[in-house]
Amino acid sequence: MLSWLLGGGALASMASFFYPVARFLIPPPVTEAAVNEVAAGKVQDLKPNSGKIVKFGNKPALLVRVNDTEWKAFSAVCTHLNCTVQYRDSTQQIWCACHNGTYDMSGRVVSGPPPNPLEEYAVNLRGDEVVISKRA
Amino acid sequence: MKAQAIDWFKERLGVDAIREVMDHKTVPVHSATRWYYFGGITLFLFGIQVVTGTLLLFYYRPTVAEGFDSVRFIMTRADFGWLIRSIHSWSANLLIFVAFVHMFSVVFTHAYRSPRELTWGSGIALAGLMLGFGFSGYLLPWNQISYFATKVGTDVAGSVPVVGVAIARILRGGEDVGAATLTRFFALHVMVLPMITAALIALHVLLVQKNGMSTPPWIAASRVRHMKFFPNFFLREVMVWYGVLAILGALAAIFPWELGEKADPFASAPKGIRPEWYFLAQFYTLKLIPSHVWIFEGELLGIAGFGAVALAWALLPAWGVNRAGQARTRLVTGAGIVLVAYLAVFTVLGYVK
Repeated sequence: MLSWLLGGGALASMASFFYPVARFLIPPPVTEAAVNEVAAGKVQDLKPNSGKIVKFGNKPALLVRVNDTEWKAFSAVCTHLNCTVQYRDSTQQIWCACHNGTYDMSGRVVSGPPPNPLEEYAVNLRGDEVVISKRA
Repeated sequence: MKAQAIDWFKERLGVDAIREVMDHKTVPVHSATRWYYFGGITLFLFGIQVVTGTLLLFYYRPTVAEGFDSVRFIMTRADFGWLIRSIHSWSANLLIFVAFVHMFSVVFTHAYRSPRELTWGSGIALAGLMLGFGFSGYLLPWNQISYFATKVGTDVAGSVPVVGVAIARILRGGEDVGAATLTRFFALHVMVLPMITAALIALHVLLVQKNGMSTPPWIAASRVRHMKFFPNFFLREVMVWYGVLAILGALAAIFPWELGEKADPFASAPKGIRPEWYFLAQFYTLKLIPSHVWIFEGELLGIAGFGAVALAWALLPAWGVNRAGQARTRLVTGAGIVLVAYLAVFTVLGYVK
């Protein structure tokens, strides 16, 4: 009985030491305003058959100018292991340098290890400004 | 007077008892004695890491804004900074290589047998800690390659079922690799891991001291001579350390460690990105596994596979001996050769492809 009380007391005091430490190590959630739309630059800044990474909230997005008139945008976060993808003008595909995953211009996986397609965003031109937004 | 002073200290420090232990410690001499040096080399390189790491702390600043620039300052402005950082980086790599040689020498000489199960277990834990040092230290210069390596590495941890997401969050200090990740990795690299490692090294060395050095099962006890640890073996070990130091100095001077480009969270992963060589085999394996294998995600399957192999490896003293406690030499040697071959071939493939 005494050893149970002693053991239990020791265990409880240990728990009271470790619980605050464990909670301290878990990062508190940071509330950030959800971003649904960003201005991604001027039309003339991006040549046809090229792409660039733009900030979409705190995540990278890939904006591609396929040709003079066609624009595409995707989440630039590879669905495999979180690397940032890039546009390859030679193959006109989206490529991740980390593990050689490729996606087509609809965001679908063409080859390599990515398990899911890239999320596609809508691109609108407002005057000479390119605007990327999440699809409803 | 001098003799009196020496006696005064001897009495208080228990020098005679220590001397007694040192006098009785011996090392078996046989055809595989050379492998005994590798544990000592690993320890020596760890000492180099402690010294050079402490020196780097005088200049390094663990923030996203200043981390990269402070390492550049060390490399370009601080006198001999390039040497100290290069030695730290080269020594880290040599340390992991030598630790692996040490581990496989234990496997191939079947030194994991009773009563050395805890020595093996503490050694495996130390190997894991060394990889932890490598992973956390890699991020500290905050360059492009290390940034993406950390993204991938923490995402691998994050894909572990059930607890993965929480582990990744705790490692990163948030959802993404960023300022919080850098301070966390810094705290791990310079404080948490060194303290655990120091305790485990003490245990590991104490166990080696208690159980003595193992002789391979194929060497008859009657044919084994012994040499004294102090000074005979120790002086030989010190000579090896000098040799290692010479190699280290030459590597650091001829091939100073690169700094790369400052990390940019809003840039694409650079072409040719790959982790440090000791993660290359796993990296290349993950590259090869298709996105889905049957009903499983390929990535998850790969990680489960690595975990299973690591667990089986840690439990080697359990399956590596028969009921009589003798080593299953063929099974263990075969498993060891397969593992060495896998690591060697996939590391090379990961490097060239």
